[in-house]
Amino acid sequence: MTSIQSSGVATTARPREGGNPALDSRLRGNERMKAARAFLLRHPGIVRLGAVIVILLAWEIAARVFMDPLFISPPSRVFASLGAVLHTEGVPNALRLTFFELAVGFAIAVAIGLPLGLALGLQPFGRRSFMPIVLLVYGMPKVTFLPLFILFFGIGPASKIAFGVAHGIFPIIVTVVAGVQGLKPILLVSARSMGASRWHILRWVIFPHMIPSFFAGMRLGLSGVLLGVLLAELYVSTAGIGYFTTMFTENFQPAKLFGLIAMLAAMAIVLNEIVRRAEHRFSRWR
Amino acid sequence: MARRREAMERLASRAVQIGFLLALLASWYAATNFWGVNHLLLPNPVAVFHQLVDVLKTGQFLPDLRVTATEFAAAFVLAMTSGMLVGCFVSRSRYWVAVFEPLFAGIYSIPIILLLPLYVLFFGLGPASKIALGTTISFFPVVLSTIAGFGHVDRTLVTAARSMGASDYQLFRYVLVPAALPVILTGLRIGFTVALLAILGSETIASLAGLGHHIVQLAESMEMARMFAYIAFVVAITVLLNGLVSHLEARGRRHE
Repeated sequence: MTSIQSSGVATTARPREGGNPALDSRLRGNERMKAARAFLLRHPGIVRLGAVIVILLAWEIAARVFMDPLFISPPSRVFASLGAVLHTEGVPNALRLTFFELAVGFAIAVAIGLPLGLALGLQPFGRRSFMPIVLLVYGMPKVTFLPLFILFFGIGPASKIAFGVAHGIFPIIVTVVAGVQGLKPILLVSARSMGASRWHILRWVIFPHMIPSFFAGMRLGLSGVLLGVLLAELYVSTAGIGYFTTMFTENFQPAKLFGLIAMLAAMAIVLNEIVRRAEHRFSRWR
Repeated sequence: MARRREAMERLASRAVQIGFLLALLASWYAATNFWGVNHLLLPNPVAVFHQLVDVLKTGQFLPDLRVTATEFAAAFVLAMTSGMLVGCFVSRSRYWVAVFEPLFAGIYSIPIILLLPLYVLFFGLGPASKIALGTTISFFPVVLSTIAGFGHVDRTLVTAARSMGASDYQLFRYVLVPAALPVILTGLRIGFTVALLAILGSETIASLAGLGHHIVQLAESMEMARMFAYIAFVVAITVLLNGLVSHLEARGRRHE
């Protein structure tokens, strides 16, 4: 019995082991290709990474071979210049100041936007009266007011914070209002009929329901504050980030310019990611 | 009865809106005329109004408006065509959507205005750098919404159309496009708004001509009343354009 079985296995296994080595290796290669394909199909992230690497390589080659080095730097040189950018006098301070403006602007935008959004969302009459005005101002391109902000608040951090708040506060109000509005009236009615106080309703009904929209508002508000602060920073060319971008541009130091911008972009990505993670985490209870 | 109360409430909220705006205007007037706020910080609303009339009458805004409008139109058309083309190609297969959608979404979350100094270095202070920035910024909402629109068409619709013998073109024209259109229209509206913002912003930050540039010039020469008039003019134009685009979007949606 066993011998027959083993011989059967041997006969079926035979073509794979032996005979034509060329065909065999091609078959095995084919299998490897298939495995690689299946692996890539399961992990689109690797192909994404490959696409990014291809773009960087194309940029590197284009910048080294075809383009004028006064205007563009290959990524390798940008990376190498990061240290030099950080050692340029004043740059670390400017970055720190930008971060500070972002933090303060975001805190103010949340501190004003959240209560305003709650008040407008919970008051149907107030909402109907003031939401059109909020939406109108939200839709305005606030960048036309940028010179005014500088005239009112000076070229220091105050104007940048104020401009960041002006960009960040409206998305927070609008999302919080939408979140409160989405609350089912039955929940409020049943909570009240069970004898919940105003504070209890706020704490146990409205608050948990608002968390997802609250974090969505925080994310939109943060990107608004980022946009406002960076616009104002770039506009003021006598101090801060704007001074350095203008200087690097005028002195034809593209590697340093790219490096500085890469640092700011990294800062933006990290902040966005933190808020996005928080949003994801606190919205899970649903 | 209920309907009457509703109408009353609507009237009341209108009254509150108008009252709020009037109060704002009145306090502006009072602040400049009676409370002694410096005219270099806040000009008199009457003076602003006279300047606005003057700007509109002399047509002095026309050259700047032409520059801004050309830049904006070029940027938006470029972003629209490239975004929809790339979106169409990517959304043809689920796999490419999985590869590229997070990439586009990731770049979109960076404030792209940061690229402005690079574009100025590369394309100069003229219109080219503004067009490049406007195109880059509004490309992402268009491409993301195109991918979302075509990528999330109900499979049953596609299968049903196929089994009834629809050709590729018919499938595209009568199934995919109508199903994806609402999402794409939203993306186009967002792209429109951010392109306008990018053009005005880049004109404000670094430029040689255009409405944003003119406002900065007036601010630097401290002609406050005229500057307020220009700001009011630009804001009125953008609010009108945004309203128009929202209206078009709503109309396009109704055709589903």
